[in-house]
Amino acid sequence: MIEAVGLTKRYGKTVAVDNLSFTVEPGRVTGFLGPNGAGKSTTMRMILGLDRPSAGKVLIDGKPYAQLDRPLRTVGALLDAKWVHPNRSARAHLQWLAKSNGLPDRRVDEVLDLVGLTKVAKRRAGGFSLGMSQRLGIAGALLGDPKVLLFDEPVNGLDPEGILWIRQFMQGLAAEGRTVLVSSHLLSEMALTAQDLVVIGRGKLISQSSTTEFVERSTENTVRVRSPHADKLGAMLVDKGFTVREDTDGSLTVSGAQSDEIGDIAAASGVVLHELSPQRGSLEQAFMQLTGDSVEYHAELAETGK
Amino acid sequence: MIEATGLTKHYGRTVAVDDLSFSAQPGRVTGFLGPNGAGKSTTMRMILGLDAPTRGKVTVNGQDYRSLKQPLRVVGALLDAKWVHPNRSARAHLQWLARSNRLPDRRVDEVLDMVGLTQVAKRRAGGFSLGMSQRLGIAGTLLGDPKVLLFDEPVNGLDPEGILWIRQFMHRLADEGRTVFVSSHLLSEMAQTAQDLVVIGRGKLISQTSTAQFIKDATEDTVRVRSPQLDRLRELLDGRARIAEAAASDGALVVHGVEASFIGELAASNGITLHELSPQLGSLEEAFMQLTKESVEYHAAE
Amino acid sequence: MTLLAVERIKLFSTRSPWWCMLLALGLTIGITAIIAANWDGSPMPVLGAVFTHTFGLYVIMVMAALAVTTEYRFGTIKSTFQAVPDRISPMIAKAVVVVLLSALVGLASSFGSWGLSWLLAEDNSDLALTTANDWRHVAGVGLVFAAGALLALGVGALVRQTAGAVSIILVFALVVESVIAFIPNIGDDIQKWMPFTVASKFIFGDPDASAIPEGAGPPAIGELSPWGSFGYFAAIALAIYIISLVVVKRRDA
Repeated sequence: MIEAVGLTKRYGKTVAVDNLSFTVEPGRVTGFLGPNGAGKSTTMRMILGLDRPSAGKVLIDGKPYAQLDRPLRTVGALLDAKWVHPNRSARAHLQWLAKSNGLPDRRVDEVLDLVGLTKVAKRRAGGFSLGMSQRLGIAGALLGDPKVLLFDEPVNGLDPEGILWIRQFMQGLAAEGRTVLVSSHLLSEMALTAQDLVVIGRGKLISQSSTTEFVERSTENTVRVRSPHADKLGAMLVDKGFTVREDTDGSLTVSGAQSDEIGDIAAASGVVLHELSPQRGSLEQAFMQLTGDSVEYHAELAETGK
Repeated sequence: MIEATGLTKHYGRTVAVDDLSFSAQPGRVTGFLGPNGAGKSTTMRMILGLDAPTRGKVTVNGQDYRSLKQPLRVVGALLDAKWVHPNRSARAHLQWLARSNRLPDRRVDEVLDMVGLTQVAKRRAGGFSLGMSQRLGIAGTLLGDPKVLLFDEPVNGLDPEGILWIRQFMHRLADEGRTVFVSSHLLSEMAQTAQDLVVIGRGKLISQTSTAQFIKDATEDTVRVRSPQLDRLRELLDGRARIAEAAASDGALVVHGVEASFIGELAASNGITLHELSPQLGSLEEAFMQLTKESVEYHAAE
Repeated sequence: MTLLAVERIKLFSTRSPWWCMLLALGLTIGITAIIAANWDGSPMPVLGAVFTHTFGLYVIMVMAALAVTTEYRFGTIKSTFQAVPDRISPMIAKAVVVVLLSALVGLASSFGSWGLSWLLAEDNSDLALTTANDWRHVAGVGLVFAAGALLALGVGALVRQTAGAVSIILVFALVVESVIAFIPNIGDDIQKWMPFTVASKFIFGDPDASAIPEGAGPPAIGELSPWGSFGYFAAIALAIYIISLVVVKRRDA
């Protein structure tokens, strides 16, 4: 479990992280979202004791990182896959990490196998593709079999198979009861991966909730209805006070109603349904809604023509 | 329009691209997908005349790239946002590009403005974040107001707002009648961006079709059904469709092999109330995994 | 003309070419100034004012090599070839800009050195540029810098890596050409035909025997006249450069 309490970081006059409090629960994948410059990296660095908070604290299983006895056995982190000496082999890189925390050499081979790098373990890391570096970084994070895992943009540079692999992998880690905190900009990916979300903007907490709640709270839920008697059904729904919009393909989009209610109304009057699908907003829509004014660079959708 | 015919590239004994033929149409965003090592980058480099094909050819609007007089006015391409001298300012980088194709300096300011980099135009590009470099790269592609655009992993390093921006931006470029060819590994993103797909594996064409068709062909459509009279409905469907319980706790049925409208008619004629009747489309990811199983480079152990 | 402007923007919009030019001028003129100020009272010859030009030459060759290798290092060569796919014309434009600039730096450094010597030397009676040979000693530096830059561009385009290109140029010019003289019997004969040795003959060659300052390099004893020496050096530079053009045209970017 990760706990931030009143966490604050100033760089000179800039406040990167501003009185931030949140918790990350074990057994769940928690997404850590925010626009550029929101303070995500700074927060992750403070969790790992790389940066010192100006005020407040962040605890891992109740202790600050610096007080952990064998940190790699408690926390595994992948912040930047490029933090590897390019002329060192993948195996040697993991070996010194393992040594530094009194982990057996055997564990190095295990994690190499886990991420599928056994065959290239002796090659120098500088020749790795971004995807392979990413796997090496993940191997490093897993070395100490830690209870808490931190990932920063873990799918960066991975191909579709790698992306699927790491999603399932993170969910597997959480299912084993570990705490998994993942920072990412890829919302469509996070919608599939994260059960909980911590969303920050300009260094402040915007929301902490489950992903489903987050989306439901800030997007409109509608129901899409197709029926051979769409006119009749539409009129009935309007009578009931729901907002009904007819789309070009003849389907109805109903706002303000649950699909159950619509189904009951249809059945009661013998209307045949061809579709009755609750439509949920996307994580992206919800995110844009909530972080609207805390983004750093705004590009205009200006005309491209000359 | 981009057209590849029998395109082949050997590096020594390795065959990176193998007799590849496809086309990308104007007015559409075409996604270019494939596992690592499938030959996507090599293909894009050949489209731009950076690598010479061993055999076959690829043309842009009917012409070989190397025969274009002022190529930036025909093709805008962003293969790697890091292809900028780190000590050169964003503005100087675009200036020399513009000058090389006789584009006016005014155009440099226009494209800087379009991507939102006007304020940092004089800063050295080496100090840019990946997201800003990406925007600079995109500015470069737009300089010559080209009819054909190529992007390789354009959302790399962008934040959510940037990702949304570039998706809408590519759609607008296509709506203006341009050919937009995008290579990416982010399938959930591509599912929202690309109307057409060119999928390759091990240098060979796996599929060229619309995104909707690609998913339809490779995955099975199912229908999610909830009803207060679920048992009755299950009996009626028995023998006509395959039924699986959904993993969800709300007790929904997942029905394979029949259309939603069929279930709807069946329910109505038997007086069964429906609380949900949602056709479930397969994901691009499922479809992609299904079709490229054979051709991935590194298999990670499960 | 357009492509010349392109290369000019590229060259002057980063800092390293400026540093190289300043260093080339500073080294050449600076060391000459120290020599002139400490000249022993005898009339300082023209050759004494220009013999530091080799320092500047090495620096300017590094600059020329960098003009190509940094394009490969940072991937801008791909943008260059994307913008001008025939490849040859941007490479030629680059050569024209770099070679002209190098010639200017060469002239500035040699006339700067000469002028400063005039001011600083106790006896500058021999420094007047009276003969065609005198003019060649000073103005010829511009030509040597130009040809050297062309050679370095060729090496840079062939090797594509900064470290590799710079080492090849410096190790060849500073080590190989001197060490080769130690090969028994044939060493001296080979050395006479080494490009940088020949180039220095163009600058120093054919002076009045009495005017050779000590340690100013070999007098003109080669097979070639001074202008023949320059022709030889320039031909080698041009050959390497043309080979590099052929390779760049064929090679995958």
